[in-house]
Amino acid sequence: MSNEQSSTDLTVSGAGTSPAAFQDPGMPPHQERMADKDPAAAKRAERQTVVLFAVSVLGTIGMLVAYFLFPSGDTVESMRTSNLLLGLGLFLSMFGIGAAAVHWAKTLMSDHEQAEARHPQKSDPETREAALAALEAGAKDSGIGRRGLLKGAVVSAVALAPLTFAVPLVGQVGGDWNVSNFRHTLWERGRRLVRDPSGDPIRAADVTIGSAYHVIPDGLREGEHASHWIEEKAKAVVLMVRMDPRDLTEAEDRRDWSYEGIVAYSKICTHVGCPVALYERQTHHLLCPCHQSTFDMADGAKVVFGPAKRPLPQLPITVDDEGYLVAQSDFTEPIGPSYWERLK
Amino acid sequence: MKAIAARRHHRLAPVALLLLALLVTGGLYAALAPSAASASAPSEDDIAAGRALFQANCATCHGPSAEGREGAPSLIGVGAAAVDFQVSTGRMPMQMDGVQAQAKPPQFDAEETSQLAAYVASLGAGPAIPSAEQVDPALGDAANGGALFRTNCAMCHGAIGKGGALSEGKYAPNLGPSTPTQIYEAMQTGPQSMPVFNDANLTPEEKRDIIAFLGEQDAGSPGGTDLGAIGPVGEGIWVWVVGMGLLVACAVWIGAKSS
Amino acid sequence: MSTRATTGQRAASGTADYLDQRTGIGTAVKGFARKIFPDHWSFLLGEIALYSFIVLILTGVFLTMFFVPSMTLVVYEGPFAAMNGVEMSEAFASTLDLSFEVTGGLLMRQIHHWAALLFMAAIVTHMMRVFFTGAFRKPREINWVVGFVLMILGLAAGFTGYSLPDDVLSGNGLRITDGVVKSIPVVGSYMSYFIFGGEFPGEHIIPRLFTMHILLIPGLILALIGLHLFLVVLHKHTHFPGPGRTQRNVVGFPLFPVYVAKAGGFFFIVFGVLALMAGTMTINPVWNYGPYDPSPVAAGAQPDWYMLFLEGGLRLMPGATEFVIAGYTLSLNVLIPAVVIPGLLFTALAAYPFIEAFATGDKREHHLLDRPRNAPVRTATGVAILTAFFILLLAGANDLIATHFAMSLNDITYIFRVLFFVAPVVAFWATKRLCLGLQRKDRELVLHGHETGRIVRFANGEYIEVHKPLDEYERWIRVQHEARRPLEILPAHDERGVRRKGYHRDALRARVSRFFYEDRVEPVTPAELAAAHSHGEHDALEGHPSSGGVPAEIASGPSVDARDR
Repeated sequence: MSNEQSSTDLTVSGAGTSPAAFQDPGMPPHQERMADKDPAAAKRAERQTVVLFAVSVLGTIGMLVAYFLFPSGDTVESMRTSNLLLGLGLFLSMFGIGAAAVHWAKTLMSDHEQAEARHPQKSDPETREAALAALEAGAKDSGIGRRGLLKGAVVSAVALAPLTFAVPLVGQVGGDWNVSNFRHTLWERGRRLVRDPSGDPIRAADVTIGSAYHVIPDGLREGEHASHWIEEKAKAVVLMVRMDPRDLTEAEDRRDWSYEGIVAYSKICTHVGCPVALYERQTHHLLCPCHQSTFDMADGAKVVFGPAKRPLPQLPITVDDEGYLVAQSDFTEPIGPSYWERLK
Repeated sequence: MKAIAARRHHRLAPVALLLLALLVTGGLYAALAPSAASASAPSEDDIAAGRALFQANCATCHGPSAEGREGAPSLIGVGAAAVDFQVSTGRMPMQMDGVQAQAKPPQFDAEETSQLAAYVASLGAGPAIPSAEQVDPALGDAANGGALFRTNCAMCHGAIGKGGALSEGKYAPNLGPSTPTQIYEAMQTGPQSMPVFNDANLTPEEKRDIIAFLGEQDAGSPGGTDLGAIGPVGEGIWVWVVGMGLLVACAVWIGAKSS
Repeated sequence: MSTRATTGQRAASGTADYLDQRTGIGTAVKGFARKIFPDHWSFLLGEIALYSFIVLILTGVFLTMFFVPSMTLVVYEGPFAAMNGVEMSEAFASTLDLSFEVTGGLLMRQIHHWAALLFMAAIVTHMMRVFFTGAFRKPREINWVVGFVLMILGLAAGFTGYSLPDDVLSGNGLRITDGVVKSIPVVGSYMSYFIFGGEFPGEHIIPRLFTMHILLIPGLILALIGLHLFLVVLHKHTHFPGPGRTQRNVVGFPLFPVYVAKAGGFFFIVFGVLALMAGTMTINPVWNYGPYDPSPVAAGAQPDWYMLFLEGGLRLMPGATEFVIAGYTLSLNVLIPAVVIPGLLFTALAAYPFIEAFATGDKREHHLLDRPRNAPVRTATGVAILTAFFILLLAGANDLIATHFAMSLNDITYIFRVLFFVAPVVAFWATKRLCLGLQRKDRELVLHGHETGRIVRFANGEYIEVHKPLDEYERWIRVQHEARRPLEILPAHDERGVRRKGYHRDALRARVSRFFYEDRVEPVTPAELAAAHSHGEHDALEGHPSSGGVPAEIASGPSVDARDR
């Protein structure tokens, strides 16, 4: 068998013999179904179909009953019951009709396969000629070919007209289009760090080693930015942790940005902007749950793994006279994901 | 009084009475029963028994006076709450070295656990085991707890505490099997990778709100089975398996010749 | 009897007459009523998508009655205890209301979301069917492109709808979108402002997404579904090869009544299955995720499955690929997985019919489908693309893989980074070999027939297994396809030594064609079959010469037992 097969693996193209191909045997003879041969079977199929339709009717009635007797209610339990009963009723109501129709078609409607002829998609040569002639006659009639100025006028008018729609839209769809807003957050010299969302200020002494605080700027929802506090919050959220100062590696120019082992970094990932918040206390690593960029909070929030390139921006902090933590300034670079003109 | 007398004959009255009786009994029990940990200050006997247990089961790693060694932290000043959490969840004594200690059936019963806790607490002041009232979900505000949970906990433990992955094989566990006391202690002491949420960060009331929020999850989902509550990936798997599975089966039935 | 019949009949014929006099509908009914549609389960995959879409519209209308697309903040008061007193947008609050206070609202919402997932699953499966059977070939290339655009619109519809409840999960999805958009060179920041009407998140995004989701995108989908189906009717449906099925006919059952019952019934089945899923399985429990706020995020932050490949790409890409060029930031770590790779993947998919047509140089119409094994390189290409897609999908769920299989997130990421490049190549090679093997199996069957398990011993001691030849219908399925061979091109210089115009294009075409068709197994010809029989094969037991050139052969394993029968 094996030597026989190897010779059949690849046929050399154009071997010369090229015998005529097999002939299509045509449609196989029709196989009679049970319901075709046996009137009792046909009757049975009909009864089955009726039962399936009846299931649908019962499902519809059941759903209506459930609607009136089991409203959504006030507890999780009653909500779930209502949803379950309505769903089952709807299921039976719909599925019954579907199954009945299909069963009817399969068992009782003709299953003689029929052939319908196909025709090439393209129109016949005369039609093509006629179509071409019609277009040519039209073009000639309009004189578009001869009147060059007219052609130019049509094109310019039609090309310019959409501006009436586009300019007002584009002018305002992006608000004030002031993309330099990306650069600034609410943080400024002396603004207190407060807990998110309660707004309670944080005493440095309360931040014990190993703590992680989710922080927003004080007065987030007050003053001139009260109407757009949510955009400000989206930029200003900070994660603050305290570790043993001996664990901390700090750049020369950032030595006074932390306070006795307390460091604060922007919570917005430098990759695509998810809140990075999975702080692993023992390794001081901060993991982003969206794309798993990992930042080392003990070492300038440098990237140790994942798709982010840049460290998280650090918020310089200190304490005020009452011992509460305050910012020294805004972030010194735009927070969040990279964008083209970020460094400009 | 008349109204009550009239309603005594209501057919649901026995049920209501039974419920009332159960509630009163349960409430009395909860109020009067000696809480395993916080009932009273531990006696000298407890501390002595705890020391003996410690020497036999913990000292190998943590050192004979709990001063800590390479890879095992000092337990001086961690408090009773940390011991109760670690031992009652079975994380300690640790079964094997790994990226993190795994929860398993506890090795010590409640009494031994409290003795161990008493011994460690005697070594240095630390967070105590919370009282029953501090962890009673009925006293908490679940909605506020939900808001706090989303800000402080959901990033690791998932939206309703079903757990999630951390880096390098570590993970934040499913909070479903945890008792309110264990949840409180975990926040208080920050086991392993978890940060510490002291009482300035999350006040005791806020911790109880979080416990109430997690308690709400026991009622399940209003929409039916929660599919493990793992989010859109689970839903994606189910739409392929159940949805496409059933419908392709139906399509095959429709396309097949009837016999 | 006659009076009863006439009442109904008179009403029907009256209506028909009324319509026909005004619209000439008779012509259309005559043409369509008995139009033939071929029957095959895989032809119903597109119908699942169509019916999901109808269910989406029905349930979507229900939901719009109660949903408020507004980002104005309100305080929730309602039956869901864990949200009471929480500040949230009206969009989120109305989602809770329509889920918990409108009886049946939760069911409708869950049907809507399951139907959206099913819509995309059915589109992808339908597209796979069309791809693997070569149904996209002339004259259906345009319809392939229409279907491709429908898939993109389906993604857009899903994405815009997913974000509407304004919950934490979808809000972070929007924030990722914002980050991806910002990474686009030169115009990124402005595109972000364009989408959000200012800085993220602003107060415009939910109303804007709502308009997209309920007006623009469904309108386009509806129009393109119309075009898609019109072209199906115009071209007449393809059919699988088989006896009596040719390029010039379509074999099946008439539209009325068989297809009306089957296809109509299938709509109800799809609706029923969706209702069953929605009644029993929670989907998108926004009450767990909470109202959007820029600070929180939950573990398990993933999009719906059809967007998961983008998420996976973003997770796999190493961060080192962000560069600063002359002071401008180029974030290839975001651009490549979120823009470039999907762009290439989708372009390749949309262009595939044209690429294959170029390789074959085939200008004929094709109405008979290919069995996937008979187009090994196409099948292998499809499987390779799917494999890459699947790896990205898994990578998008790497945190769940980590927790459920107790693995390290970081290790999984490293593994997938390698697999993304290796697995598609392996899948291509394996699939192509598998297809060629199946074709050889077909040849084997045609030449030698079915094994019967009956072992016969001859007087000279030789054992053979009796084979049963295929009947002509069985055989036809395995021999009907044409053997495609690589194109041969004219030489670079004509006989006078002049360089031929268009040689380079031809040479490229020949290279592509060789890639497609160099390795092939050709169908059995009648001559080969005759030769196989005359060799004294095992299927012709009676004529077997006692000392043929065929080496003696012992059937293996179970066949030996069969000798005892």
